[in-house]
Amino acid sequence: MADRPAPAIADPTFEPVGKSARHDSALLHVTGEATYIDDIAAPADTLETYCLLSPKAHAKIKSIDLSAVRAAPGVRAAICWTDIPGRNDVGPIFAGEPILAAGTVEYIGQPVVAIAADTVKQARAAAARAEIVYEDLPAILTIEAAMAAQSFVAKPAQMARGDVDAALAASPNVVSGEFANGAQDHFYLEGHIALAVPLEDGQMRVHSSTQHPTEVQKMVAGCLNLSANQVTVEMRRMGGGFGGKETQPAIFACIAALLARRTGRAVKYRVDRDDDFMISGKRHDFRVRYKVGFDGEGRLLALDIEYAARAGHVADLSTSIVDRALFHTTNVYYVPAVRARGYACKTNTQSNTAFRGFGGPQGLLAAEHVIDRVARHLGLDPLDVRKRNFFGPAPRDLTHYGQTVEDFVADRLVDELAADVDYAARRRAIDAFNAANPVLKKGMALCATAFGISFTATWFNQAGALVHVYTDGSIALNHGGTEMGQGLHVKIAQIVAHEFGVALERVRIQATDTGKVPNTSATAASAGSDLNGQAARRAAAEIKQRLAQFVAGLWGVSEETVVFAAGEVRAGTHTLKFEDAVAKAYMARVPLSATGFYATPKIHWDRARMWGRPFYYYAYGAAYCEATIDTLTGEYRIDRAEILHDAGRSLNPAIDLGQVEGGFVQGMGWVTSEEIWFDGDGRLRTHAPSTYKIPVARDLPPVFRARLWRHGENREDNIHRSKAVGEPPLTLAVAPFLALQDAVAAAVPGPAPVLTAPATPERVLMTIEKARAQ
Amino acid sequence: MSDPIRFLLGRTPVEIADADPTTTVLEWLRGPARRCGTKEGCAEGDCGACTVVLVEPDGAGGTSARTVNSCIQFLPTLDGKQVLTVEDLKAEDGTPHPVQRAMIETHAAQCGFCTPGFVMSLYHLHRTHKGQTPPGRETLDRALGGNLCRCTGYRPILDAGAKMFETPAQPDPRDADLPARLASLARGKGLAYRARDKVFLAPRTRAELAAALAAHPGARILSGGTDLGLEVTKAHKNIPALIHLGEVAELKRIVRTATHLELGAGVTWTRAFPALTELWPQLDELLARFAGPPIRNAGTLGGNVANASPIGDSPPVFLALDADIELFGPNGSRTLKLADFFLAYRKTALAPGEIVAGLRVPLPRPETKFAAYKVSKRFDDDISAVCGVFAIDMAANGTIAGARLAYGGMAAIPKRAARAEAALVGAPWTREAVLRAGEALAGDFAPLSDMRASAAYRAKVAANLLIRFHHETAGTGVATRVIAYG
Repeated sequence: MADRPAPAIADPTFEPVGKSARHDSALLHVTGEATYIDDIAAPADTLETYCLLSPKAHAKIKSIDLSAVRAAPGVRAAICWTDIPGRNDVGPIFAGEPILAAGTVEYIGQPVVAIAADTVKQARAAAARAEIVYEDLPAILTIEAAMAAQSFVAKPAQMARGDVDAALAASPNVVSGEFANGAQDHFYLEGHIALAVPLEDGQMRVHSSTQHPTEVQKMVAGCLNLSANQVTVEMRRMGGGFGGKETQPAIFACIAALLARRTGRAVKYRVDRDDDFMISGKRHDFRVRYKVGFDGEGRLLALDIEYAARAGHVADLSTSIVDRALFHTTNVYYVPAVRARGYACKTNTQSNTAFRGFGGPQGLLAAEHVIDRVARHLGLDPLDVRKRNFFGPAPRDLTHYGQTVEDFVADRLVDELAADVDYAARRRAIDAFNAANPVLKKGMALCATAFGISFTATWFNQAGALVHVYTDGSIALNHGGTEMGQGLHVKIAQIVAHEFGVALERVRIQATDTGKVPNTSATAASAGSDLNGQAARRAAAEIKQRLAQFVAGLWGVSEETVVFAAGEVRAGTHTLKFEDAVAKAYMARVPLSATGFYATPKIHWDRARMWGRPFYYYAYGAAYCEATIDTLTGEYRIDRAEILHDAGRSLNPAIDLGQVEGGFVQGMGWVTSEEIWFDGDGRLRTHAPSTYKIPVARDLPPVFRARLWRHGENREDNIHRSKAVGEPPLTLAVAPFLALQDAVAAAVPGPAPVLTAPATPERVLMTIEKARAQ
Repeated sequence: MSDPIRFLLGRTPVEIADADPTTTVLEWLRGPARRCGTKEGCAEGDCGACTVVLVEPDGAGGTSARTVNSCIQFLPTLDGKQVLTVEDLKAEDGTPHPVQRAMIETHAAQCGFCTPGFVMSLYHLHRTHKGQTPPGRETLDRALGGNLCRCTGYRPILDAGAKMFETPAQPDPRDADLPARLASLARGKGLAYRARDKVFLAPRTRAELAAALAAHPGARILSGGTDLGLEVTKAHKNIPALIHLGEVAELKRIVRTATHLELGAGVTWTRAFPALTELWPQLDELLARFAGPPIRNAGTLGGNVANASPIGDSPPVFLALDADIELFGPNGSRTLKLADFFLAYRKTALAPGEIVAGLRVPLPRPETKFAAYKVSKRFDDDISAVCGVFAIDMAANGTIAGARLAYGGMAAIPKRAARAEAALVGAPWTREAVLRAGEALAGDFAPLSDMRASAAYRAKVAANLLIRFHHETAGTGVATRVIAYG
């Protein structure tokens, strides 16, 4: 990729933190010059890959004969699991998650045979010649079937506090029910891809579209029987990730690497959209059952809730994802007695995986459904009931997993937003509209969400960075995080430029590379800028301190008086341009490169007891939505969305607002038009944008206002007092969903029928029709 | 003998003689042309990451531009045209185009992968938008209906679409001689391209077409390619012979006679749209929801009808409008009632070697009440769960003299609801009559359950759309639309 001068529309500043610097690749994005893996000029004889996928949901592989495949035109290698020299396993937590189906196929879409040929067309044509004999085995295709068979990928989990049974028995009101939310495909615009280039002495270099280069490095080394230092993984940018490229890239990278090893040639594996859908996992769909006890004013007294998630054929990250649903099962509410149980159901379908929010949105949506039902049961306004249940001063500040909520601001966000939108007046207007309209019905909802920030696997909360200052004063920055569009790189560059007191343009962010920063965590859990930002700041501070020491000696001043500002190094009357100070320091043999490391403080988690402080802090948001539904077709529109989000002291308001808006709309898609649909054989039938409908421009509500909360400030010593912003806004999708629920309630006299997610037009209409028939 | 394919890639002339004729434009751009700015997101024309702009002579000495999905356009269809990709937009001195600048300034790119497609759709709007004021949200929603972004939530992209008009469109000096350059690529006789044992013919006249059909009886007919393209990119079929209708001038005519609107089979949906909505403004929403702009810019009337998909949106329209269909083959033309054209699932009355030449639609009559409805999971660029297009002719005495209730998504073919129609004829236009017709639908249709909708939902919606039709045409004053197109 060509280095280029910063374009003229730059706004150079010497204190970049907190400024709306644009994405570092913005110009490259809009000119089409940004290089994604499929755009890299690959070696001339690079082979292309196609994988034969399982046509069976569950079957034994009786025999497999690839001789005709190998003899096909253009084919250079065809392998199945017995051809893997090392581990046939990419399990991130649990072992036993094959790259290529090993003796048994476990879902329709599982890679069975990998073929490298001169062109992908040849590889695909050759695949048809494989002779594989399957013997069908019974398949478990639904959450219901898995629960009935007690088919799980791991031991069920339970998070509890208080005597739930006694509290339920003592509750004046008890409501029980069932709720469901749907799966969601990530639909990153760039599908999975890897390019493996064999190097001398058996080494392998892999370009992988991954949020977790270190894991790809580990898995590629494992399957090739190499040590980690023989494999490097590079990632410049992804065309979207959203969690779908946290663990899932390993299979694609390993297949490319295995074929590269086999042929001695570079191998690219780019799946088309359909194969991406068929092979890779999605957001977990959940079935939720609950019993909730509450008083006459809607104060929650006890919650007994069971989450059953579709994990798919292997565990992947499902246990942690179910845990996060359990953490967020009371959202912003204090409940004295809670018992939350989670089941990660083993089904013969794709292995579901991380997706922005990581189980949190599923838990939160259920929590908000429950509180909505409580309000409706009592005939109270849901917002009043919500406010009555907020976390508060002790003892109302203790979660059901042992963490004390110390930074609660959801009440302030809700009050501010309710005043802004004039909640009461809107309620009256909507009630009046509904009274006057027999076919169209409107609904509204205002809710707040809290999202815990930190990996719940405590050891992942670490990061490294590597900063070089060159003798011309230019700065190269590497850190362990990956860029998937979220603007992580520009934020970290802002932090580093800020630290040195130089213009942002002086800092060049380099591709993430396991050879530069080792043992990284996935760019996930919204923690990318929290972790890598601190590590990069520390690396920069280390060099800065050496420079300060040097110029202090040069000028005969004390080190503490040296300041870095406005592109200069100063002390008293002494001034040097930053680049001149650096050049002099080089001549004096001052090291101008440093690493930085950060580990999140304060957190601890005892998973055996499900108790501790898993989160460093919480990020909060609030959203108000209105919807209109058509009770003849079920079609609807989200008419208005107003969002107030707490990003702390934002590192980059424009980038953070982009995360808030984009996360909200992505969440809105999850609860509305995006439907993952399997046929009776377990074959995914929504596997391309022709059948799987993410929001388009028109779906953005006509009134749409998102703001960062001006009072936001992280009370913890997070990087520049900012807050993580990747996942939390997605949870605000509870508001459009509950606005639809409110409209459905208005369409039917008597008790409100329960709307489940995704609220497709069909589900909206049929929910109403079912209630009318009763 | 084979003609080379000749076109302008940006401003550079290109001749191609050895590419497989079913090579997609996108494959060629990203491969031999090494123009990697244009992306593949779906290879089925549904995400817009591959959007490029085609410029061609407008027949009046100038040029016209349209967006297409390069992922499903075959390379020989570029013959005689200019194709512009995202790489062509920067000025000679490297200055970003106003569209690109606006996208940067509004932070409208996050991961950047869909961005080139959005840039090209907005670029097209920027260069073609008429009117003194920048377009509003409705125009932008329509212009971007075929582009998916998964990162931004669209707000900044819509803002960029408004902001780019701060710099008005200027003719690109590099294209000053474009009409002449395109004219020099024009052919006297249609393109006959042969490579890799395959043939691609693009006749320019009906006579050439007849000859091509006679010479290649097994050839597949390529119109806009928005469905046939997927046979290559999705079904991975080998298609040895193609006859392209896109250059046959006679098939692209739109003529209004005293009694009929005559539409050639090669008329794209983008061109058909104003001709149809001028006569039937009720079609505006359906046509706005019919695929996305790059598909409507390529897809044709003839293709949508000949395809005989049970979920195509135009057959119900033309069934309800009581259209005739003209077929054309080596033995000349014949005309059928459209209702007699659809025989069974994807089976039509077309004889071997015959093509759809056009449609003849009777002009609207004042006594006819008409409406067109589409119901799908997503408003824009989705395939109908149910499409219902209704026409009832009122007699002077206030009863219904004739009814044409045509549905898509309800049967193996686009089909009229004979029993429901019978329930209406002779009755006054009342809610009771509508409810009876709705009940009669159960005898007309036994719809399927699939990923788009269940049978029960389809059946319910089919009946409810009649209720909506009644509300909207009988003056009940009841609001029925959650969204106002236009």
